[in-house]
Amino acid sequence: MDAREPGDKQRALAQVVERVLAAFHPQSGTILDELVISLTPQAVKSACQLARDDPELAFDYLRCLSVVDLGNTLQVVYHLYSTRHRHKMVIKVALPPGERRISSVTPLWPGADWHEREAYDLFGVTFEGHPKLKPLLLWEGFPGHPLLKSYPVSGLEEVPG
Amino acid sequence: MIGRLDTVDMMVNMGPQHPSTHGVFRMVLTVDGERIVAAEPVIGYLHRGVEKLCENLTYRQIVPLFDRMDYLADYNNELGLALALEKLMGIQPPRRAEFIRVILCELTRITSHMMFYGSFGSDAGVTTPFIYAFRQREEVQQVLESVSGVRMMPNYIRVGGLREDVPADFSERLSKLLPKLRQGIEECDDLLTRNEIMLARSAGLAAISGKEAIAYGLSGPNLRASGVAEDIRRTQPYSIYPELEFDVPLGQNGDIWDRYCIRLEEMRQSVKIVEQCLEKMPDGPTMAEMPKALRPPPGEVYVCAENPRGDFGVYLVSQGGDKPYRLKVRAPSFCNLMVLERLLKGCYVADCVLVLGSLDIVLGEVDR
Repeated sequence: MDAREPGDKQRALAQVVERVLAAFHPQSGTILDELVISLTPQAVKSACQLARDDPELAFDYLRCLSVVDLGNTLQVVYHLYSTRHRHKMVIKVALPPGERRISSVTPLWPGADWHEREAYDLFGVTFEGHPKLKPLLLWEGFPGHPLLKSYPVSGLEEVPG
Repeated sequence: MIGRLDTVDMMVNMGPQHPSTHGVFRMVLTVDGERIVAAEPVIGYLHRGVEKLCENLTYRQIVPLFDRMDYLADYNNELGLALALEKLMGIQPPRRAEFIRVILCELTRITSHMMFYGSFGSDAGVTTPFIYAFRQREEVQQVLESVSGVRMMPNYIRVGGLREDVPADFSERLSKLLPKLRQGIEECDDLLTRNEIMLARSAGLAAISGKEAIAYGLSGPNLRASGVAEDIRRTQPYSIYPELEFDVPLGQNGDIWDRYCIRLEEMRQSVKIVEQCLEKMPDGPTMAEMPKALRPPPGEVYVCAENPRGDFGVYLVSQGGDKPYRLKVRAPSFCNLMVLERLLKGCYVADCVLVLGSLDIVLGEVDR
């Protein structure tokens, strides 16, 4: 079983992150053994760029990009990993209520491409600066965004078989 | 004369109903004669909304859905979900269960890579490897069947342990199987690896550098073929992998041939792992003491595991109920497939099937 407490490595990383990203006023904390920082939607792109390019952080690998519907707000979650230092970090960005736009990180990590298109498709979040933002999994013209909590599991529309 | 004729790029649809796309997958190719100028993968034909369904099922009901994502690595998917819940709830499965889990996952890795080997041969235009691979695969499959009772979608790995203990003759069957399997892998190697035509078709083709592979989020054998030493069993170890000895094979050029060779070597390493597990496997219970209803505390967890196809990540957000609030799966095939657009540019049309085959995708987890 993985550790459920932050180790020395995570604590040291937390200090580096707070120093390097100080300009973006990140709020850092831990969830189980992972370092989690919260950023504002405006800061996310420049902060991610710094996190990727800073030699001490070197988060060169975007493992996962998810969106969570928290009711009145949407939260975009980035799971980052550094292949050089083998450390990991989670970035959370809460979009203000009603807001569905955020900067794309695809120019930084090409691997974010389909994650962002999927989120656009299933949550309706627009990633500004994405080179080719269009639906990925659902067909064009599909009504609504199924992974929003307001979308029912069944009953909204009959899907032709 | 020909030099003065105007030429136009042509659009060709490859798939979705095409056997070599490994499922239902479409590539929109723009071709200039025999060269591919641009390629656009189109997915979603197998989208079942698994993540939405999960939000409305209890944790134990989710396990079968995980089987149906990467159906060639069903045990590995189940383990990913179990790891996530066990970490969030602080459950330690019994040691015997951990060993059996690793044995099953490594056997699945072998069957999955055998499937790759067979279909890769077909993609390249030879049918014999398919027969060789399936002869081997079948014997492993029979052992897996004796454990869970089914050939696919086993629903066997549970949160806290296993559904039941393995049958009494499991170790015996496995010890008989492993030497044969070892030999079978060598036969496969002899048949295809250094074949001249195979080399001409795959060496140096659709190569990607380690740095680029990382940026694209490649994982598993596809990443290691580019020389990046990232194997989650080593870099972020889980279960009993730290106690086991095995090598992580690395490629140099990141081309089709490297991606093929890595998988062949990984099968040998998996046999080695299973042998060690058999030797060390203790007796004892296979299920931890579990509450009747699984209600993890509010919180969230992200775990990853090394699936045959790469980094399988599970992001689970719990609000304390018996159903997940949000369950996002980082499917390795989904992330690996993104690079196809980049790899196909400049290839011949005749090679596009081989390039796709070398990435070893399963559409069930791409579309979810």
